[in-house]
Amino acid sequence: MAGLLQVVLLLVALAVVYRPLGDHMARVYSDEKHWRVEAFLYRIVRVEPKTGQHWKTYASAVLGFSAVSVIFLFLLQRLQSLLPLDLGRGPVPTGIAFNTAISFVTNTNWQSYVPEAVMGHTVQMAGLTVQNFLSAAVGMAVAMGLVRGFARSGADRIGNFWVDLVRGTVRILVPLAFVSAIVLVGLGVVMSLKSGVDVVNPDGSQSTIALAPAASQEAIKQLGTNGGGVFNANSAHPFENPGAWSNLVEIFLILLIPVCLTRTFGTLVGNRRQGYVLLSVMGVLWSAMLAVIWWAEAHQHGTAALLAGGGLEGKEQRFGIAGSALFANSTTGTSTGAVNAMHDSFSGLGGGGALLNMLFGEMTPGGVGSGLYSILIMAMIAMFLAGLMVGRTPEYLGKKLGKREVTCAAIAMLAMPTVVLLGAGAALLLPGTAAALNNPGAHGLSEVLYAYASAGNNNGSAFAGITVTSDWFQTSLGLCMLFGRFVPILAVLCLAGSLAEQRKVPQTAGTLPTTGPLFATMLGGTVVLVAALTFVPALALGPIAEALA
Amino acid sequence: MTVLTEPKRVGAGVFAPRQLLTSLPDALRKLDPRHQVRNPVLFVVWAGSVLVTVFAVADPSVFSVAVAVWLWFTVLFANLAEAVAEGRGKAQAESLRRAKRDTVAQRIVADGSRERVPGADLRVGDLVVVEAGEVIPGDGDVVEGIATVDESAITGESAPVIRESGGDRSAVTGGTTVLSDRIVVRIATKPGESFVDRMIALVEGARRQKTPNEVALTILLATLTIIFLLAVVALQPMSAYSGARQSVTVLTALLVCLIPTTIGALLSAIGIAGMDRLVQRNVLATSGRAVEAAGDVSTLLLDKTGTITFGNRQATELIPIGVTTVHELAVAARLSSLADETPEGRSIVALCAKEHGLLKGATDRERAAKFVPFTAQTRMSGIDLDGRRVRKGAASAVREWVVDQGGLVPDEVRDVVDRIGAEGGTPLVCAEGRIVRGVIRLSDVVKPGMRQRFGELRAMGIKTVMITGDNPLTARAIAEEAGVDDYLADAKPEDKMALIRAEQEGGRLVAMTGDGTNDAPALAQADVGVAMNTGTMAAKEAGNMVDLDSDPTKLIEIVEIGKQLLITRGALTTFSIANDLAKYFAILPAMFAAVYPQLDRLNIMHLHSPDSAILSAVVFNALVIVGLIPLALRGVRYRPAGAQSLLRRNLLVYGLGGIVTPFAGIWLIDLLVRLIPGM
Repeated sequence: MAGLLQVVLLLVALAVVYRPLGDHMARVYSDEKHWRVEAFLYRIVRVEPKTGQHWKTYASAVLGFSAVSVIFLFLLQRLQSLLPLDLGRGPVPTGIAFNTAISFVTNTNWQSYVPEAVMGHTVQMAGLTVQNFLSAAVGMAVAMGLVRGFARSGADRIGNFWVDLVRGTVRILVPLAFVSAIVLVGLGVVMSLKSGVDVVNPDGSQSTIALAPAASQEAIKQLGTNGGGVFNANSAHPFENPGAWSNLVEIFLILLIPVCLTRTFGTLVGNRRQGYVLLSVMGVLWSAMLAVIWWAEAHQHGTAALLAGGGLEGKEQRFGIAGSALFANSTTGTSTGAVNAMHDSFSGLGGGGALLNMLFGEMTPGGVGSGLYSILIMAMIAMFLAGLMVGRTPEYLGKKLGKREVTCAAIAMLAMPTVVLLGAGAALLLPGTAAALNNPGAHGLSEVLYAYASAGNNNGSAFAGITVTSDWFQTSLGLCMLFGRFVPILAVLCLAGSLAEQRKVPQTAGTLPTTGPLFATMLGGTVVLVAALTFVPALALGPIAEALA
Repeated sequence: MTVLTEPKRVGAGVFAPRQLLTSLPDALRKLDPRHQVRNPVLFVVWAGSVLVTVFAVADPSVFSVAVAVWLWFTVLFANLAEAVAEGRGKAQAESLRRAKRDTVAQRIVADGSRERVPGADLRVGDLVVVEAGEVIPGDGDVVEGIATVDESAITGESAPVIRESGGDRSAVTGGTTVLSDRIVVRIATKPGESFVDRMIALVEGARRQKTPNEVALTILLATLTIIFLLAVVALQPMSAYSGARQSVTVLTALLVCLIPTTIGALLSAIGIAGMDRLVQRNVLATSGRAVEAAGDVSTLLLDKTGTITFGNRQATELIPIGVTTVHELAVAARLSSLADETPEGRSIVALCAKEHGLLKGATDRERAAKFVPFTAQTRMSGIDLDGRRVRKGAASAVREWVVDQGGLVPDEVRDVVDRIGAEGGTPLVCAEGRIVRGVIRLSDVVKPGMRQRFGELRAMGIKTVMITGDNPLTARAIAEEAGVDDYLADAKPEDKMALIRAEQEGGRLVAMTGDGTNDAPALAQADVGVAMNTGTMAAKEAGNMVDLDSDPTKLIEIVEIGKQLLITRGALTTFSIANDLAKYFAILPAMFAAVYPQLDRLNIMHLHSPDSAILSAVVFNALVIVGLIPLALRGVRYRPAGAQSLLRRNLLVYGLGGIVTPFAGIWLIDLLVRLIPGM
């Protein structure tokens, strides 16, 4: 009952902010004026904000910016000992630094390290937290490029990346993060520059509990669907997520931007119902998966679960099954990857549900920006088949889906399964893998599959139960994150360029409307079918075998 | 120049199962990897077949041999689908060729004399004389004379047609026979590029290129193939980790069952059959692209005359104005129309002859007079005879002419003109010098069933625009009667062009029919331009389709064929993908129930054994291709309807049907397969 109340509160809160935030973001990305602070930034980096960019220029800017970010973040970690507030933690080892640099720039925030032991405050704040903002802003910028492709007609420009990046950060992420951080501090999240506090344990022994400027990072970690915690235990740690209210607020922050971006999309393409239909598909899939995970966790087998009244192993008492299932479903459905429970301890079906959320391709509702462009890609695939079946050259939002559009959509769709399947397959071939796993058999396979699904989808949540510090895992997972992020981004921007060039085809009675339940069904079906057809063989040997046992 | 003798209707008729057998040699020839590599989906099947065969030879078992055989059948059946479709075209082309023989043409040389040359030596611009009983040696325009021509060799229509110089019925086609009289033809095509040559190439599919949509679909199918390839490749280490290493035979079988073989196999057959269906309706398209565009058309420009209304407007009434008597008007009307070659002009002369006893033909004196021919710009025609200047034409044009000479136009004229126009007739005003003699009423009859057809088009999202040279009042009355969405009145050729451009600017695809030389620019500009076979060479060259029956309403059928082509592709793709669900339920438990017994709960079809389950899925996958060949050739049923209801119906039939059918099919095949010893 309390669990249902949480869900209702969450949905009501999202409904309240949906219009104002969605419309605000639409204004941000279409505003003609520049704020003074923004104009100052453009002058420093010598960007002419009024000039639109061709998709190739836009894409080069995204890639160039991200490459510089990776190098900067890598060096910052390697040179940690020279920085203030390093808490004496020394240079970050090369493998970790490589993996972490990619992880935070790709908005994955996979953590192959223990923050309390490796990262000092400067790297956390000037490196990781900065990327929490910027990687999120990049995702939104790419999504806006695609949206402009739909909205424009006969144009060769899709906007200016630098303007989108700066505005997304300055006008959306920073203000939201600021307010959220204060709310989180109010709810008891720690905010301190001290390295830790010394405590006397009940048995008389002494220990130090690490502290960190957590609240400010926690806010953007959730808002930007990043997920990298300042503490190893992530949002299960009481200093990051002290109680039921903070838990609910964090889930709200996770879903906030991806959900509201559907409104932004509808507004910018001139038909809000186009946005609502995407939201409804996201919502139905999110709800269905929540039901599956929740039910699975409440009905775990085994003596311990029977005595506890549900599967409570690996969950925090202060969140319970409902709070954990809700968090797990939201974090895997959005590419956030923060966790407030051990997903490894979930039942076969529950853990499989979290895994499937990622294998959908992170679009229920997906990461900031990336969720929107991912579901638009699926919408185009669905419309290609649907369009043929009504006897016309397929089109979506008045743009024809020809050779170039289908090729771009196909590449964007192909990237994730490629890295996930090849990565997991290769990992299982290696002799060292079995030793890195906590569990043999089907559950071990789930652990490996989960790791690559998390990296390939830029989710970053860990099933845990697998030690990923070997060079193979650091490197292969790093590459999965890189390709899983930037191959689709390139394809999406190429698509945006091609769509912007096209003239709009007017709507007639022969046009398949993309606002009704029929299209929603078709889109939802395509998302589920593509994931199922691609991953069912692998899932059969992992979660499905576990769940049927 | 080569021609045909036997009259032969083009079109392959319905699909007969016997064609599967006769196409078998062609299908076997297509096993060549150089051919297979053009189709990514089938190339994967071909490569898989080779792989499994190698393993089956190295380590023979009933299972591996059976899988190898059925994988080859899968490739063969796919080739068969293409071969059957091509074979139908080839048979038509063959029957055309068999009837060929060389002709001798009578070419007119510079000094006016004639020389006999082989038809193949004719060049563009040559003038040839063709007399009764002779075969026209090449495509061209009649520049002199009038003749009846038997065009059955091309159109299959046995009734002879009239071809004459001037006007819009001047084009003749090489290979047709002059039945009476004598004409002079100016040759308009090079040898080897004539209409008949193009027709043979077309039905043979020799120059068939993939259409844009076919390319896009192929990319999507290739993507799915890659995804499944990855899924199967990654499955082996996962199986090995789980202690259930799989044989190459089983993995290949899984792969072939998952990739979209059904649509991959039938895709080119669907395209060829789409063209074939057009040919069966006596329409020749210059490219598959045009057929696809037809499915996308959102604006149809239809000439009123002959398309919406029956044939030609006929003069039905003479209304004198002022002091003029009916007889005086009849005399003037007849004089003004003597030179008017249009059907309307002739109908006026005919009316004057029938009801007022005037001469039908022109007297010698009249023939010597100065004729003022009708043009689209002046919209008047007439005669200057012994000082009498008689004109008749559109009300506004004649009024201007009268006023220019200082005459007065009584209000009565406007009243009569408006009344006739409002009643759906066409008023022509007849004037002599400064005096308006009267008004001639031309009446149109709208063809039956047009209103319903336009309603269907509207449901399909297609706007119909009626093009007419009539005044707005007349145009509106007919537009309302016929039920078209819009009309363009007082249309001059450049107006038509402007309308097409305006529609295209708005992103709409435009289709139109035309036959006259002044239609040519518009035909070229339109996305789908259907020229009438009776029309001029210029029109036929400009359009991207030619209707051999010269039936302007055919445009509606062409649109339907274009849509049917796309729907067939979409429906079979959906069917193909939906099939995979049942195959997973058949194959995955078979592969892994040994290590995870709980997975046997997914064996909901209760298939006999792992081997029989996998083989049954492979056999089903192969047989479904053969089963769907007739559908691919015929095209899925198309009924004009809105997009939503079309999609709902096709999703239900091919999506849901695609999920259910293989469960039943694989289960039934397993009942037989389990009887094989060793399964």
